[in-house]
Amino acid sequence: MDLSAIDPITLFVGLVSAATPLLFAAIGELVVEKSGVLNLGVEGMMIIGAVCGFAAATTAGSSAVGFVAGAAGGAALALLFGVMTQYFLTNQVATGLALTLFGLGLAALIGQPFTGIKPPPFHGLDIPVLSDLPVLGRMFFRYDIVLYLGVGLIALVWVFLNRTRTGLILRAVGENHDAAHSLGYPVVKIRLAAIAFGGACAGVGGSYLSLVRVPQWTEGMTAGTGWIALAIVVFAAWKPWRILLGAWLFGGVTILQLNLQASGFLSWLQSLGIPMQAQYLSMTPYLVTILVLVVISADRTRAALNAPGCLGRSFTQSG
Amino acid sequence: MLRLEPRTSASPLVEAITPVGAVIATMVAGGCLFALLGKNPFEAIHMIFVAPLLDPYSRSEMLIKATPLVLIALGLSFGFRAGVWNIGAEGQYVMGGLAGSAVALAFWNVEGAWLLPLMVLAGMAGGCLWAMIPAVLKVRFNANEILVSLMLVYVAGLFLSAMVSGPLKDPQGFNFPQSRLFHDSARLPVLLEGSRVHVGVLVALAAVVLAQVLLHRHMFGFNVRLLGQAPRAAAFSGVNANRLTVICLALSGSLAGLAGIFEVAGPIGQLQPSLPVGYGFTAIIVAFLGRLSPIGILLAGLVMALTYIGGETAQFALGIPKAAISVFQGMLLFFLLAADLLTRYRIARIRRGVV
Amino acid sequence: MSVLLDLDGITKTYPGVKANDDVSFSIEIGEIHALLGENGAGKSTLVKMIYGLARPDAGAMHLGGVAYAPHGPVAARAAGVAMVFQHFSLFEALTVAENIELGMENAPPRRELAQRIREVSAEYGLPLEPDRLIGDLSVGIRQRVEIVRCLLQSPRLLIMDEPTSVLTPQEVEQLFATLTKLRAEGVSILYISHKLDEIRQLCDRATILRGGKVVATCIPAQETARSMAGMMIGQELAQPSVRDFSPGEVLLELEGLSLPAAGQFGVALHGIGFRLRAGEILGIGGVAGNGQDEFLLALSGERRVEPRMIRLAGRPIGGRGPEVRRGAGLLTAPEERLGHAAAPAMTLAENALLTGRRRAGLTQGGFLRSGAIGAFARRIIADFDVRTPGIETLARALSGGNLQKFVIGREVLQAPSVLVVNQPTWGVDAHAAAQIRGALQALADGGAGVIVISQDLDELMEISDTFAVLANGRMSPVRPATGLDIETIGRMMGGAFGAADAEFSHASA
Repeated sequence: MDLSAIDPITLFVGLVSAATPLLFAAIGELVVEKSGVLNLGVEGMMIIGAVCGFAAATTAGSSAVGFVAGAAGGAALALLFGVMTQYFLTNQVATGLALTLFGLGLAALIGQPFTGIKPPPFHGLDIPVLSDLPVLGRMFFRYDIVLYLGVGLIALVWVFLNRTRTGLILRAVGENHDAAHSLGYPVVKIRLAAIAFGGACAGVGGSYLSLVRVPQWTEGMTAGTGWIALAIVVFAAWKPWRILLGAWLFGGVTILQLNLQASGFLSWLQSLGIPMQAQYLSMTPYLVTILVLVVISADRTRAALNAPGCLGRSFTQSG
Repeated sequence: MLRLEPRTSASPLVEAITPVGAVIATMVAGGCLFALLGKNPFEAIHMIFVAPLLDPYSRSEMLIKATPLVLIALGLSFGFRAGVWNIGAEGQYVMGGLAGSAVALAFWNVEGAWLLPLMVLAGMAGGCLWAMIPAVLKVRFNANEILVSLMLVYVAGLFLSAMVSGPLKDPQGFNFPQSRLFHDSARLPVLLEGSRVHVGVLVALAAVVLAQVLLHRHMFGFNVRLLGQAPRAAAFSGVNANRLTVICLALSGSLAGLAGIFEVAGPIGQLQPSLPVGYGFTAIIVAFLGRLSPIGILLAGLVMALTYIGGETAQFALGIPKAAISVFQGMLLFFLLAADLLTRYRIARIRRGVV
Repeated sequence: MSVLLDLDGITKTYPGVKANDDVSFSIEIGEIHALLGENGAGKSTLVKMIYGLARPDAGAMHLGGVAYAPHGPVAARAAGVAMVFQHFSLFEALTVAENIELGMENAPPRRELAQRIREVSAEYGLPLEPDRLIGDLSVGIRQRVEIVRCLLQSPRLLIMDEPTSVLTPQEVEQLFATLTKLRAEGVSILYISHKLDEIRQLCDRATILRGGKVVATCIPAQETARSMAGMMIGQELAQPSVRDFSPGEVLLELEGLSLPAAGQFGVALHGIGFRLRAGEILGIGGVAGNGQDEFLLALSGERRVEPRMIRLAGRPIGGRGPEVRRGAGLLTAPEERLGHAAAPAMTLAENALLTGRRRAGLTQGGFLRSGAIGAFARRIIADFDVRTPGIETLARALSGGNLQKFVIGREVLQAPSVLVVNQPTWGVDAHAAAQIRGALQALADGGAGVIVISQDLDELMEISDTFAVLANGRMSPVRPATGLDIETIGRMMGGAFGAADAEFSHASA
């Protein structure tokens, strides 16, 4: 086995990049859940974002256009969920599932003409001095702009939720929609806005996959990322800065197992008489998700502490 | 101005009509979609919804497709009614197929009437055990069953891939990732000469009847409905929510596993990495389309199978992309959920307040 | 004095009900005006329209001489109308300051707001700590938050919906002092209640609603509680006959019943012990949120305790679930009718099965006996005068009083040896309430033990043989209900039963 092929700095750079789609999707879903809505359609919104972003970027020849289109696509699909759950009062779990199934199908349909092409290149920044620093330059200052925006978004969401009146109102709506209504706050409108924001974030996350991470369009390319994003929100106990931690943790697991596969770890195991197939390494992100969910949820009082009071409940105006 | 009023009593008529309405709305919206793709919408709709019914072979294929959908959806419906969201049926289906196949392959050189029942039992056990993971984690550690069961779909898919390219690979298969072909006593008997219709169809029908009795005539069904509609009233009544959660997941896991082994031992005849084709997810749509009632699920399973068969024909004849069919199915679920509003509320006209 | 708010011909119809029918009256500046009526008389609807949460179908309102038609609470608050809700519009997971900010249009920056909260709350004798989480506060303190939230906006009209139903007598005194001070400052108060004594004590004028119509306007100080009750109810209530109380053998025995709090904001029970005898009605008073719900859950079996903590006829059953306890004869009826005592979206027949399965023989080998279920449901409906089209009606379609009769009837008809009910007549009209009390008394006369948990002291005094109080999850010693005065009860409700006991045992010695 050649573990020296695994360079810690490359590993770190890889995990930060791999975490970005998760980070966008999870911070968006956090805002949605803080408003009291459970949108299980993150996977669907991400893949729509991935395909819209890819289609727009290759057509226009610009990654920026791609990200905007990805956000718009994600938000549009999210609003479908919003209209269904807020006006037609459908069950949020079922509607979220429907959104994912629908999104996966629609993305495959839209993406058909785009398979096999390459998106326009999207380079990292070249910041004078900082990017040239030894080690630190590579670790922190050579990413693309969207990645920095993602980290900045976490801080912005924290400020929004904890330091602004609108953020307070959004939390109030998620906590107790009846009380918020009786104080005169437009529960449905606030939730729709949160849902659209969540969709846009998931869309950007999806675009990052198809434009930067992979970079190409393949059917079903999100492969559960949206679901892992949902798990990260639980892991983060609805606290923005912990989303960063969660996304990096999962990014790390993904990158580590990919690097292990590449490093000849498996053939080394084989030489020791332990037959191990690559598939088992590929399982690790999913298994880690389950493990993390169990650890976080087991402490019931703490898990419930930050969960919005009205999460997943439909609001109907009475009287 | 219109407003919504909660219904004071359930309206069976509306409940029966709304799924039909949803299907019609899907046809219209789907027609628009096909027109957008530059296809003749009427031809496409006819090909998907009508043509398969006119052809005997397509009709028999419909039964084959409907069987796993109905079996899985029946199991899911109990959980969905109780508020237990097992959405990992696809994984349980795979593990059922895998476990049953493992038995078949262990006895690849032994024939006997006992083999098929043993495979079926193993298949159900495989699906059930796979569903026990989210069940136990939910009950013991409060972990969300939606996420856990879904993560396990990916794990099951990878496990299947590891198995067919490893321990269960056909030794004479030129290194293709698939198992040996099952011999005759490991295959489901065919019911209709010249078709692929197998005994699984009858089992699915029997399951519908059993589920109907269980749901409406037995305390278990009552407790499931109660737990889903009013969890606190269920606790007051004495329903043990944890036990019911475990039972619901066991039930849906077993039925998904059963569907899995039926699929391997029926139409396919060997273990392949392409076993998961999304039945576990489509069954979610079937369960809702059937209003979570067994008879409804039977009809919904047939309709959904129809779109599969018709969709395949349309794919070849009209060049409609395969993905269009899943868009179609997703739309169906949306329309159905939206139409559900009418079963819970009725629309009343009110005068605008004079102020 | 001049008029602040004038209502003219206000009418509001909901499907099937005329909630307000041509309601006209006016509130003067610096007046405490009572709005009096039974549950369902239309008080809540009227107040919702004044606060902008509903719009009248007909009629006009004027505030300070200007036409007033608020589009929503925001507009109402901007016009100087503030409201303290009966079911608070507070957010448990947010702090006092955040809650207050949410109720204000132009909240100052957070630090300044915290300072103003401290000032205003101290000025009106309602001290508050701005950084506490609402969920950690008692019900009485929560009401302070609501009131301070209103006061910070210097309202012209303050609406208070049943403010004293959640307060101890001492807290009521404090509230009245605050309201009197506000009146002196020129604030008008619309005071909604059905408690006649406090209206006589506090209010300048009263408007009485019955069936959605104004039936009388009066000056409470010049009326008796009895005369106002007559206007409110429209008929004299038959007083229940005084029962002979001769207790039999011990049916239910609680010993050191303790239960940890469920969740962050729950109440824990500590060492509750008493004996309930055959033929006894034990009334348990106390302010809401002092462990009543938890106490009922412990008795119903929804939460398990150690077996010896609850003994039924000598048999330890603390560790058993609801089904076993019902089988043994211990039946319960929780406070919340929809969603706890009954499943809203299920039919009455199915709701009969909810608890009647074992004692009424509604299943056989796990299979439902639909004939027996229907017969049992019909018997409840007939015997307890439940007004409904039939057994296939959904529970949520019944009025509160009818559903409560169904719930109580369902338990009473199963011939319990012990029945525990929480708030049996809450939100129920006077006629139905009298029927329910009668049924409970008849049950006790037949040799059962009955525990009535209620926040309505008048009700408890009327039907109880013995009396105790829950405060902070502890229970006072049980004492005979006769001869208790309001002051002693008030002290008990404040949790000071140590002292009250000494006094009591001293007096009886």
